[in-house]
Parts: sequence; C-alpha cells; structure tokens
Amino acid sequence: MREEDSNRIVITGVGLASPNGSDLSEFRASLLSGKSGVERYEVRYFGETLAGVCHCNVSKWQSRRDQRRGTRAGSLAVFCAAEALEDSRYQFDACDKDRVGVYIGVTEHGNVETENEIYQIKQFDYDCAYWSHFHNPRTVANNPAGEVTLRFGITGPHYTLGAACAAGNAGLIQGAQQLRLGEVDLALVGGVSESIHTFGIFAAFNAQGALARHEDPAKASRPFDKDRNGIVVSEGGCVYTLERLSDAKKRGAKIYGELLGYGMNSDATDFVLPNAQRQAQCMRKALKMANLAPEEIDIVNTHATATHMGDSLEIAALREVFADSKRTYVNNTKSFIGHAMGAAGALELAGNLPSFNDGYVHPTINVDNLDPDCEIANLVLNEPKELPNVRCILNNSFGMVGINAVTIVGKYTE
Amino acid sequence: MTADEIKKSIKEILVEIASEPADVDTMDDNASISEQLDLDSMDVLDVILALRKKYALPIPNEDVPKLATINSCVEYLAPLLTDR
Repeated sequence: MREEDSNRIVITGVGLASPNGSDLSEFRASLLSGKSGVERYEVRYFGETLAGVCHCNVSKWQSRRDQRRGTRAGSLAVFCAAEALEDSRYQFDACDKDRVGVYIGVTEHGNVETENEIYQIKQFDYDCAYWSHFHNPRTVANNPAGEVTLRFGITGPHYTLGAACAAGNAGLIQGAQQLRLGEVDLALVGGVSESIHTFGIFAAFNAQGALARHEDPAKASRPFDKDRNGIVVSEGGCVYTLERLSDAKKRGAKIYGELLGYGMNSDATDFVLPNAQRQAQCMRKALKMANLAPEEIDIVNTHATATHMGDSLEIAALREVFADSKRTYVNNTKSFIGHAMGAAGALELAGNLPSFNDGYVHPTINVDNLDPDCEIANLVLNEPKELPNVRCILNNSFGMVGINAVTIVGKYTE
Repeated sequence: MTADEIKKSIKEILVEIASEPADVDTMDDNASISEQLDLDSMDVLDVILALRKKYALPIPNEDVPKLATINSCVEYLAPLLTDR
C-alpha cells in the first residue's frame, strides 16, 4: 500500500557550491565529462597542498557587510539556500516564515574563525583587546543555518547537525522527519563545509598519512585505486528544498526525487576506523524503510575517501548487502571534487539525481590500477555508464567517531 | 601624522566596513559616522578594532563615544599619533 502523500517527502529545489560547478547543471556536466575540481592550494602554517575550492559568486546573494560579519560556511549556506529557493519556485515571499525550518549538516564549525583570530592577536603579543567581537556569533554551532534565517527572514527553527562526514545526509534526514512531524511546511536541508580555510584538518590527515598528494591536482583524489595516497580536503555546500508531496503537488512543483528511505546508526567501535558491519546494517535499515530489495537499487554512490581502510571496508559492506544484485552500479563523486566533509553527503547525492533523467551513471575517475580489495561488480570506472530507467539511488555517508547515514532517493512516480 | 593623513586613514577603514563604500566619499566630517554609513553597534566596534590594529593603539571602550564623527576622531587620535 502506498503511503499518504502527506507522509511522502520530495526534493523540489537544489542549490549547490561544488569545486567543479556552482549549479546542478554545471556540476553534472563536470561529472559526466571527467572534470575535476581539485587545485593547488596554500594554507597558513601547513603550506602548499591540494584542495577543492568553490568559485561560486557568494555576492550574488549576500551583501558585503554580511560576508564580512559572517563565516565562509555561512556564505556557502546562504548561497546554496538562495539558489535552492529560486530553483524550487516556492512562493517564498507569500509564505509563513514561521513554517520554514533550516537544518544544515556540518563536520565541524568554529575552527576557521578561532584559528584566524588567534593568528590576529599573535601580531599583538596575544593581547585580547585585539580579539574580534564577532568571534561568538561566528563560532556558535548554529552559525551557518542561522545566517540563512537572517538572510531570508525565516522565523521557524534552525540548527546545524554535527555529524562529521555523514552530516549532509543527516541534514536531509532531519528535515524529512520535521516535515513528517508537521513541525514545518518547507525544510531547507543539506550540508556545508569551510574546512579548507584553516590548517588543522590538513595537518591532521597528513599526520595520519591520509592526505592526498599528486603532481597533477586533477588526479589526486583516487578512491579505489591502488596508488591512492589519501584524502583531498574540499569546501562546498548543498541545500535542498524539501516538502511533503501533498504540498508539492498542490503548487505543481518540479520534483527531483522522493526520499524513499534512510538509515542512521553508530559504529561504537573506533574513533577513526570505520566498521563494515555497521555500514551494512545502516544500508539495510534504509532499504527496509524504503521497502526495497538490494537489486532494486540502480546506483550506489559510495562515501569512499581514498584511504585504503575506508575504501576497502565500504566495499566489504557493499559486497555483503549487494552480493546478489546484478543490476546495481557503484560510483564515487569524491574522485572529482575531493572530500567536501559536512557537505559531502548532500552534494554527492545532488550529482547523481540527474541520472533519473539523463540515463547515465557518472563514473569514479582516476582508477588506473584497481585495488583488488575494492573489486565489486558494476563499479563504474573512469567513463560514464549509460543506464536508462534509473529509479533508485542509495547514497552513503560515513563519519569519524563512527557515525553512518544512508539515504535512498527514488525517481518520482505517482 | 597630520590631520589630513588621519582623516584619510580613518576613511580607508570605513570603506571596508560601510554597506555602501561610495557613501564614505560624500560624508560630512562633523556628522555622526554611524548614522551616515548605517553602522550598528557591532560595526562601530569593528571600526575601533581596525583602528587598534592599524596603529596598535589600546583605545579603551569608554573612549568610543569620542569617535563619533570624522573630526572628533581626528581630535582624539592626533595627540596619540604625533610621532607616526
């Protein structure tokens, strides 16, 4: 029996900032043509490295004053939310702003601003008189979501979800839950990351031996390849407008896809190492909610970040869940854009949504020498795969300290 | 620094902070800076912080009202910046 329309959740608008595209069509074109968004990058203290850098025009939606006052994560959130609202053609000006909620996933927040301020006061012998009065509003954990409410006069709830690299999916899940509870009528959901703007994340991955290096930046992010050497850190953002199907139908909205199911769980085993069993369990939870068999999933968009352990454990989990599925294709978006941290889940899902209409699975690029530990049927390597009638996409996102979030989005049908 | 140099220096800071940078060129030096440039209390603190950083001047918070206009800024800063 089909669920009531008022309990079905659909995506009706997409706004994004990716290192290789500032809207969905540009992003999708890059993913189908093999265009990377990774470039040479220099960050204070750490020096030269590689990163995914967004080149979207944040001034399109945010005043000079608000950019100065706020954070990079806030600017990316405002940009993505504005683009999503415009794309959705939601009658936003006429709507009750008290019935709009903002739920944005973040891997971390406040590191960039704090490090920057400490650098500033260091020039004055650590005299706290030179510390910025903007430190607190910039570093409160709700900042990126709050900047969206300030920009659009949204008076409904807003908060960020701290869920490491599973945060983008967590934002999507939270919004769907709030819509089903009837708390809001429109949810702005997704994730953002400003991580590249301070040295800590680079230095820490480097200390773990997990920071990517390559002479050619475009070839640096190589999940599943034997010659990979780690993660490319990226900034980014992706926000969706999410609505109940009944509301979306009433206003004749364009529907990108329906959130058919999701799963969230915790490894409870290690600070850093993922747990394949828990990942498999999380995917099964999502499949169960969606009432789908593994063979009904057309595309699995992997989380794989290009570390040996992370990639091979995720493939082990996929082998367990999808062993009997001959028609499930597997790809990876980080091979193009690096790891956009809190934005990753939402952004990578967005990169795959056009498959419902263009009939292609974007590949995972930079696999010259497939790691035998990452072999799995239907891994789409280096070139897009034509696949008409894509109906269901499963999107994996996993994060440190053992947090897993899986979403399943289906092509919308009555 | 001369009075004109101080004026120029303050305006360089204001151009960075004003909502409309062009407004700085047409300001009345005897009228309220924050009213003319639509600055709120956080912006005013930003101006003070920028002055502190630019000249390594420990401007105490209680002196902030003395910095209301361009000319009052010059009056306040001139004795502190004579050797700069």
